[in-house]
Amino acid sequence: MTGRMTRPVLAACLTVLVLLALVPLLESNYLIDLFNEIMIYALFALSLNVIIGYSGNVSFGHAAYFAIGGYTMAILLTTYEWSLLPAFAASVAFSFVASGVVAYFCTRLTDIYFAMLTLAFSMLVWGVAFKWRSMTGGDDGFVGVDVPAFIAERVPFYYFSLVVIATAVAVLWVICHSAFGRALLAVRENPVRAGFVGINTRLMRWWAFVVAGTFAGIAGSLFAMVHRGMYTESAFWPESATVLIMTLLGGMYSFFGPAIGAASLFLLERLTNEYTEYWPLVLGTILLAILMFLPEGLAGLAQAVRRQILRGR
Amino acid sequence: MLKIEGLFKQFGGFIAINDVSFELIEGEKHAIIGPNGAGKTTFFNLVTGHLLPDRGSVAFQGEDITGRPPHRIVKLGLARSFQRINIYPRMSVFENVQVALIARERQELRFFSLAAGLCGPETNELLELVGLDEEADELAGELAYGKQKQLELAIALAENPRVLLLDEPTAGMSPSETEEAIRLIREIADARGLTLLFTEHDMTVVFGIADRITVLHHGEIIASGAPEAVRSDPVVRQVYLGEEEAVNGAA
Ligand SMILES: Nc1ncnc2c1ncn2[C@@H]1O[C@H](COP(=O)(O)OP(=O)(O)O)[C@@H](O)[C@H]1O
Ligand SMILES: [Mg+2]
Repeated sequence: MTGRMTRPVLAACLTVLVLLALVPLLESNYLIDLFNEIMIYALFALSLNVIIGYSGNVSFGHAAYFAIGGYTMAILLTTYEWSLLPAFAASVAFSFVASGVVAYFCTRLTDIYFAMLTLAFSMLVWGVAFKWRSMTGGDDGFVGVDVPAFIAERVPFYYFSLVVIATAVAVLWVICHSAFGRALLAVRENPVRAGFVGINTRLMRWWAFVVAGTFAGIAGSLFAMVHRGMYTESAFWPESATVLIMTLLGGMYSFFGPAIGAASLFLLERLTNEYTEYWPLVLGTILLAILMFLPEGLAGLAQAVRRQILRGR
Repeated sequence: MLKIEGLFKQFGGFIAINDVSFELIEGEKHAIIGPNGAGKTTFFNLVTGHLLPDRGSVAFQGEDITGRPPHRIVKLGLARSFQRINIYPRMSVFENVQVALIARERQELRFFSLAAGLCGPETNELLELVGLDEEADELAGELAYGKQKQLELAIALAENPRVLLLDEPTAGMSPSETEEAIRLIREIADARGLTLLFTEHDMTVVFGIADRITVLHHGEIIASGAPEAVRSDPVVRQVYLGEEEAVNGAA
């Protein structure tokens, strides 16, 4: 988590990137949509981990910024007929500002109080999306997003999505491994000590929240385009819970863990839904299993296995 | 250098620091001694901004710093270590010290400069200074207790302070570790021209380093002066050294 980009990690990243780029060759609309969605949620979960894994706080309301990015994109593209770039920039900027305002209040608190306040703010965002029917479509959702013609088709959009997400993940990686990322780890590990070496811990937590919110907004704006719509479910608390579970399942102490968690959970959900209607039950079991047996998630498990193998040699 | 006036702090009804006035002179090595519960740690917490005093003021180099948060006080050149180990357990020994340097260089909001290469040489220098260069890549939480104590010292030194407050720097160390630590602290303080304020309950440590000693008892200063004078002070003998003798006598 704290080191530089090692060769195996870099190789794995490039492999995943190439494999993702090859997905459209399978000529399956189902798979293209599935992988597009997985990529979006991977970015979403990675963004949440800046708050959880790096700053050491738990957010129960991260869906709010995903939804803010999504609705902003949908409304600007469709209602106001903005073109892609300005709409995208504005949606990222608005996610930044919205999370900045919320973070101002949330970072006054810590622990459970922080978590509860993030939940409260996300309910507020959900309430606005639900009530402001003329702008957001209310509980009918915002349907019929105008996606620019050059990425209107499935495959071009998939590649657009891949480029945006790969870039966002790379930038997020740099941020998490920067001087900022390292100081943030210190805040997570021991806020008192971090204060005593001259770090303004509240300011650091504010920035972590804002970075997380901004990247969630990017994920959300892609979501609005891939679905040609935005729905209040995206702002509702179960969505925050889902992305939280993805992060924990993948492993919060690893940068890429949450992306692995997002992919695993998504595939598992699709698989489960093929056979039963009891996805919530399965989800509950998964959560239980993580908490009891995998406190560091799948990434932590992989590391433990690797250590065992190295020791066995 | 550090001027404290009428400092007062109570927890509930319990008075932990009672009207303490105190001055630290530039360049001196000053020890605060007193039995457990005397209020030494509380005194440090008040001076460094970890706790708010109920009354009284703290001035550093003529500047009133009462009520300022620790991260701003540190920036003025007043660093401290902790009696109870206070490090970043899940980070490497190297990173523990590096973060302090990142903060000192005000790089903590650099989002796009990778941490891996930052402040490397100086971090290694500090680790070498406290004898932790071989443990650089180990997790700080997995170090032996004595080594964690040394790491604690390296983190405080990384701030490049003018005044260093050490809260029982040898607490929990074996006699040989203690001796080594004292030698190191004295050396570093001399080499860097540090003004040193430290608390201790171990008398040998105190007389090994201090130019001046202040005795704290039930939150009040009962004596202050040169080591020899304090040692022979009848009140001190009665409440502090006397206790030790009584213990020794009983043993
Ligand atoms: N945060 C606190 N709340 C309540 N009582 C405290 C607190 N901190 C210290 N005390 C009490 O204040 C007294 C002085 O403690 P301390 O400053 O740690 O003494 P010393 O460091 O000299 O051993 C002790 O009786 C301790 O129980
Ligand atoms: Mg103490």
